[in-house]
Amino acid sequence: MALPLLALAALAALPLLLRSDFWLHFAIMTLYVALLGQSWNLLGGYGGQRSFGHAAFFGTGAYAAAVLQLDLGVNPWACLALAGLAGAAAGALVGALSFRYGLRGSYFALVTLAFAEVFRILADSVPFTGAGVGLQIPLRQSAANFQFPDKAGFYAVILALTALATALAWWVEHSRFGAALVALRENEEAARALGIDVNRTKLRAIALSGGLAGLAGSFYVQYYLYIDPRLAYGVEVSVAALLVPLIGGAGTVFGPLVGALVLRALNEASSRLTGDAPGLNLVLYGALLIAILAFLPDGLVSLGARLRQALRRRAPGHA
Amino acid sequence: MLEVAGIAKRFGGLAALADASLTARAGAITALIGPNGAGKSTLFAIIAGFIAPDRGSIRFAGREILGLPAHALARLGVVRTFQTAQPFAGLTVRENIAIGCQLRARSRAEALREAAGIARQVGMAALLDQQAGALTIAARKRLELARALATGPRLLLLDEVMAGLNPAETAELIAVIRAIRDGGVTLLLTEHVMQAVTGLAEQIYVLNGGRIIAAGAPAAVLADAGVIEAYLGHGAAARLSGRETHA
Repeated sequence: MALPLLALAALAALPLLLRSDFWLHFAIMTLYVALLGQSWNLLGGYGGQRSFGHAAFFGTGAYAAAVLQLDLGVNPWACLALAGLAGAAAGALVGALSFRYGLRGSYFALVTLAFAEVFRILADSVPFTGAGVGLQIPLRQSAANFQFPDKAGFYAVILALTALATALAWWVEHSRFGAALVALRENEEAARALGIDVNRTKLRAIALSGGLAGLAGSFYVQYYLYIDPRLAYGVEVSVAALLVPLIGGAGTVFGPLVGALVLRALNEASSRLTGDAPGLNLVLYGALLIAILAFLPDGLVSLGARLRQALRRRAPGHA
Repeated sequence: MLEVAGIAKRFGGLAALADASLTARAGAITALIGPNGAGKSTLFAIIAGFIAPDRGSIRFAGREILGLPAHALARLGVVRTFQTAQPFAGLTVRENIAIGCQLRARSRAEALREAAGIARQVGMAALLDQQAGALTIAARKRLELARALATGPRLLLLDEVMAGLNPAETAELIAVIRAIRDGGVTLLLTEHVMQAVTGLAEQIYVLNGGRIIAAGAPAAVLADAGVIEAYLGHGAAARLSGRETHA
């Protein structure tokens, strides 16, 4: 327990060290992607329900935050909480429909993808989302307004949110709920036979996952003060949400953090090397994902255990 | 304890069960036998809430349970094992059993502690930290039993737990199952291994072609002409008794 708290304290002190806005922005984006990845991880990593449309929950949270403050004048901090609820509701809706009809595996992935696309098209058409033009949040910088004059404030918020998501993953790993979730991932029939209400467990997981994605969506809106259908419900969000845990280690507490760091670093490196050739980062993501799946199917966090195993095999006297 | 009456189930054009009825007495071991394809596993799946029958009634402890989903039945104490073992392959034996314990335990930690005791009961204590996916067939069968037992069942449905075991392993498992019965659990089992059936069951039902064709104590049922014909073919009973009179 002490070590994670120390790490959190060290991370909280990071803005004092990183005097440049560039690196602070990098840290913020890494934590933000980690939050998105942790959201996917709860459902896809622990529960084995691999969504290909996490943008459906992220975007719903983002639009909830934007619309509530623009149209109803709700305080943006309250919007953050409500965006979490909106994301959870979107998750519960998608979950209720797909789990009731027993959709698993690639069928579930396709249905979530379809939901994200339907939501994108809806956001593109109805007036209160600003349709294709998107929604712009007027600039009124103050901490009370969740618009910080410097990046350190945003950093503190995203650090807190990602820490919360990571604590949730830790809780899932140590709770009865999490054990039931992992059991149904491993074998649904056996889980039912042992008294696990499979559909209800999945539904809770997808609501929790959607809630975290909704929080990420609200943060995104406050950070960029702009949202449109493509940014909210685009496939880029869904891909980032699933790449992060798959690369770092799905179904582990720290996998999404590792995956987020690697992906963001790769993203920065590729844009430095090539300027901004569009799509090149996706090519790199793809190559990295293939390499991980081929050589480290349990993600980068399993690298340590793999190396120890290899060393033990090499060491004399341990044949 | 369990009263199954008039269960029928069709899969498309195939009548898997026509009119199956049986009773499992509380605290006893009841066996359901029959040739391959007789409908044993279907009947088990129906009792455990995995398949809905076309008609019939199932009463458990005086209450109609037909229509309840599998997980609700498990909470009432009706728990099945699978003919083909269904381990949580990526988890250890301890974690597998703890999922069963979780049904009654108050916390995850308590479930994990209790798992060790259950493993000892079925002779798996040495395997607690092994991955379930790496177990031998015999050990997987034991794990099926352990997990079901861990839920604290009142009625345990064992679907061919002996299949694929050698005689020594079978004898061991028979002792384990007796001990479970002595602990107050009612058992209903299907089995191909006759050593297990005659050694364990107080009451036997024979299922053939979707109907119960004989019922009673083991010795009487196994001598029944209809049962012999069901297993060995038409006229077998007559040939067997003919040979006896010639000898």
